[in-house]
Amino acid sequence: MNNAIREQFPILKQEINGHPLVYLDSAATSQKPLAVIEALRHYYEYDNANVHRGVHTLGSRATDAYEGAREKVAKFIHAKSTKEIIFTRGTTTALNMVASSYARSVLKEGDEIVLTPMEHHSNLIPWQQVAKATGAVLKYVKLQEDGSVTLSEVEKVVSDKTKIISMAYVSNVMGVINPVKEVAALAHRHGAIMVVDGAQSTPHMKVDMQDLDCDFYALSGHKMCGPTGIGVLYGKKELLESMEPVEFGGEMIDDVGLYDSTWKELPWKFEGGTPIIAGAVGLGAAIDFLESIGMDAIEAHEHELATYAVSRLSEIEGLKLYGPRERKVGLVTFNLGDVHPHDVATVLDASGIAIRAGHHCCQPLMRWLEASSTARASFYLYNTKEDVDRLISALIQTKEYFG
Amino acid sequence: MQLDDLYRRVIMDHYKNQRNRGKFEDGTVTVDLNNPTCGDKISLQLKVDNGIVQDAKYTGEGCSISMSSASMMTEAVKGKTVEEAQDLASRFSSLMQGEDVHFDDYEDIEALSGVNKFPARIKCATLAWNALRKGIDEDQHNHK
Repeated sequence: MNNAIREQFPILKQEINGHPLVYLDSAATSQKPLAVIEALRHYYEYDNANVHRGVHTLGSRATDAYEGAREKVAKFIHAKSTKEIIFTRGTTTALNMVASSYARSVLKEGDEIVLTPMEHHSNLIPWQQVAKATGAVLKYVKLQEDGSVTLSEVEKVVSDKTKIISMAYVSNVMGVINPVKEVAALAHRHGAIMVVDGAQSTPHMKVDMQDLDCDFYALSGHKMCGPTGIGVLYGKKELLESMEPVEFGGEMIDDVGLYDSTWKELPWKFEGGTPIIAGAVGLGAAIDFLESIGMDAIEAHEHELATYAVSRLSEIEGLKLYGPRERKVGLVTFNLGDVHPHDVATVLDASGIAIRAGHHCCQPLMRWLEASSTARASFYLYNTKEDVDRLISALIQTKEYFG
Repeated sequence: MQLDDLYRRVIMDHYKNQRNRGKFEDGTVTVDLNNPTCGDKISLQLKVDNGIVQDAKYTGEGCSISMSSASMMTEAVKGKTVEEAQDLASRFSSLMQGEDVHFDDYEDIEALSGVNKFPARIKCATLAWNALRKGIDEDQHNHK
């Protein structure tokens, strides 16, 4: 990765508290390249109209832009067709749709849903709610000492009672990559479906729905250089077809009577109301941008940064690093001795370095780690080794400040 | 941004040597509060007798700001009437809003005035005080 990439991100060119900004919170949300900002601007300046209804020129342009973005997403994640791409507000909405539409209609008392303790709250609470409503039971995969998931541990909790397995592809706390492809095959052998939380994987590596063979996959645009407020639910066509819509209203109907109505075909039956048109256009631009650099190159760059960060962090005495030492995804979670992560984050912010402190929407995982909260630095294509060096020296200063 | 505005010596002293940390058997009210956005936790116990806060203790997990604030609050509130304790809590709210308020009864608290310049940290400082308000409300309710 080179300076030409950083140049594409205007936000990075500023000073924070008198220091050049080092943004290490991309796992929370990524920054946006000019191409995305310009796409949003262009859409609003020239093409804005409502979709799927206007006879006028702007209506067609907006529809083309919106549906064009759907095609980009379908190609990017290797879906079979655009019918399998539902635009949502983000990963949370996408996972909730699977839980409230698919799961509520198929689960019966005593059926089992398999999860891991590392799940983000958005891949946990929807299932808790479904379990309460249907009498289904939640089962948890035991994590390894280093926080990773192995197929053999998943096998121990999966049975013919299992109807759904839902798991993050990449953990937002420990940066581990879970064996979702193998777990999907296991799920299918037991007649269960596989749901993948792709919020932390899609921005950082190639994802291929045909290769993974999962049944549902959720992603967020804002973590992959796109705007906030847009995400995707991918679902296999036959499953989506069998599901009831979650929201009812305009845009999603075929024929409406006084007492009964019918729905549009896929994907629109799940997109009630005026959709997130500009957001989808922005996500399409983000995909073009990422592909112009190449997902393999992004993955390799992050691997290099993560490896460098782990080795430099290990030099700091008293620093506790969570998760396996070997990692591919650009994310490190740690605690600096007894210094509370909030204090770490505040002191780093005074040096212009943005990191995340807290429980990262993973309270059960925090309990498993026996930490009330942690600090997390996460990297993306625009970060450099110099950013890691700035982080390390600021951490050393923090330690001295609180020493 | 001056870090020393936030982390004054008084604050670090209260953080490293937290006063009134612990529990007692004969508390009259216990309040458990979380800060769900960051995971900070406090469990505050008050011993209120005849409208006077006789004693206060707390346990919890949190950053230097939330724990030092709890340490100061429990020191300040001891021996105060319920009304005085409520007044203390409302003065603390004003302090967090950047107002020029004084704590002649317990000056250490004024060291937290710098938190006002760090908007993300105000909720850390106010956790213990929210617990105090809630504890006093509960006590009042119990005596109705």
